[in-house]
Amino acid sequence: MTEYSFLKLKKEHKKALAAQPDFKMFLMGDCATQHLATSISGYFATNNVIVDLTDADYDLIDAQILDDNSELYSKAPDFVVIFMCTEKLEDAFLRCSDKQSFAENMYEKIIGYWNRINSNIKTNIIQFLFTENDNKVFGNYALKTSESFLFQVKKLNYLLSLGCQKTKNAFLLDLNSIQASFGQNHFKDDKLYYAAKMPITTEALPEVAKNVFDIVSAVKGKFKKCIICDLDNTLWGGVIGDDGLNGIQIGELGVGHAFEDLQKWLKSLKERGIILCVCSKNNENIAKEPFEKHPEMILKLDDFSIFVANWEDKASNIQYIQQTLNIGMDSIVFLDDNPFERNLVRNIIPQVTVPELPEDPSLYLGYLKSLNLFETASFSESDKSRTEQYQSEMKRINSEKNFGSYDDYLISLEMVAEVHPFDEFQTPRIAQLTQRSNQFNLRTVRCTEKDIADYAANPQYITRYFMLRDKFGDHGLISVLLMKKENEHTLFIENWLMSCRVLKRGMEEYIINTIVSIAKEHGIDLIIGEYIPTPKNAMVADIYAKHGFKRIDNNRFMLSVDDYSPEKTYIK
Amino acid sequence: MTRNEILEKVTGIFRDVFDDDSIVITDETVAADIEDWDSLTHITLISEIEDGFNCKFSMKDVLGMKNVGEMLDILEKV
Repeated sequence: MTEYSFLKLKKEHKKALAAQPDFKMFLMGDCATQHLATSISGYFATNNVIVDLTDADYDLIDAQILDDNSELYSKAPDFVVIFMCTEKLEDAFLRCSDKQSFAENMYEKIIGYWNRINSNIKTNIIQFLFTENDNKVFGNYALKTSESFLFQVKKLNYLLSLGCQKTKNAFLLDLNSIQASFGQNHFKDDKLYYAAKMPITTEALPEVAKNVFDIVSAVKGKFKKCIICDLDNTLWGGVIGDDGLNGIQIGELGVGHAFEDLQKWLKSLKERGIILCVCSKNNENIAKEPFEKHPEMILKLDDFSIFVANWEDKASNIQYIQQTLNIGMDSIVFLDDNPFERNLVRNIIPQVTVPELPEDPSLYLGYLKSLNLFETASFSESDKSRTEQYQSEMKRINSEKNFGSYDDYLISLEMVAEVHPFDEFQTPRIAQLTQRSNQFNLRTVRCTEKDIADYAANPQYITRYFMLRDKFGDHGLISVLLMKKENEHTLFIENWLMSCRVLKRGMEEYIINTIVSIAKEHGIDLIIGEYIPTPKNAMVADIYAKHGFKRIDNNRFMLSVDDYSPEKTYIK
Repeated sequence: MTRNEILEKVTGIFRDVFDDDSIVITDETVAADIEDWDSLTHITLISEIEDGFNCKFSMKDVLGMKNVGEMLDILEKV
């Protein structure tokens, strides 16, 4: 659904009047179409497209189409929009004597319009389908008899669908679906029809305008070609790196069902020619595991053209995918449950469409459908094999990655961290984090709440937890640090873990800077860090080495406090 | 709501619909007093007021209101 109101579109329409038009459109209806015209023009304007829209006078469809010297033909528009309302259709139905042939006769008439237009000008036709409003003359029996209006209007819509498949430049706008999503009581208001011959409320008009826009954009070659998906909590519930293959939610049970349906939908899109890619913050082998081994996954690895799982920022990874596929940024849709990642991508690559997924995964699919992101003006056999085409293309190309503006983005986030010794209030969350974190966890020391309280009380230990917030919101407690004073000169990092949500934002650097300044305060000159490998924490194997520590042996590292110069971070 | 509060809210809607923050309305204001108040904008106005006051006018209301005062009379009863 569009977020724009009719008044907003009206204002945009007014502003656009002076601008140089990009193309011409001609709208005609058998009802009052002025507000529809305003909405269409305004909706294009909000998308920076200026349409020179001629709104034909009331109920002049026949005259415009049949008269070779009409305004329609002298304007020679790029698009002709025909809106015939169901109210008028019912009038005609009630007048006609051969009710059983009504749909066929009406179909012949409309096809006749299209043919006549096509013989006069080179254009595209957008025909509104009819809203299927039952007049309740037959009750539920209506569809059991071809004499009812409901039967005939449904048949007419069906015939138009068939006819449209034979007329290349005719496109249908499914008004009935729009009405269904609004509910008839919001879509129409009989009072408005009687008072002003307006069959659609001002509440619903922006959505109708959006659909005109979607069709026109697709016909003009602007459409979505690729979906880039996050994995954890987007394609399945849970975090594969933490929860493991058996812990993620996918399949028919509970929340998993919502993810399963989303995957089915993505698969249908792939089969109709949309390229699927993965962009996930994960180790590649861990990220691929569900696709290879989980029996209930709908999507398999060969459904994806490019699979990117690493710890780089997502904007850079999307740039990499875009360059590799060689498609426009504006043809990409990025799906991610994490608001940080969405905002990052929106900021750095504003052309990418980033749906604001609802928090509740059961709402993902309905929301995505309501956006009508995948309008198309064609469909052919070659669309079905597009993924294979790109997969082979992939093997040839290897693009350079571009990290240019990531620093700027981090600065713009206005990140602020808080550092505190363990306290009673946060003890449950600290214990939980030590139990749940698997990936960014240097020694994987699991602690109970009592353990945490004991550490806090033990003078041999220095404890800290870190909170992070940025201009988009609060990430809460995201990192835990436990250090032991081995002697008066040496500090041992007994455990350090962090939530992967905040990776690559300068938090690692910020924490190491903090460790060093704590050491200085305590007059300590040597810091020892250790990495204990587990199947899941490979991502931090080199974290100490990367941040100025010297390797003592395989997994132990040391830092002389005097040798350290603070690392760059944008966190205050 | 008092009549004055209703008037204030309706004024806001008028200003929004006619996109003109200088509009002042009274009980006596009629369509001819406001430049863009034609039958079409009337429909927009009705829809916006219905939205704003969470009410539905009757067909008779829509076609019968002679001035702003009559509009306020109807809204007072909501």
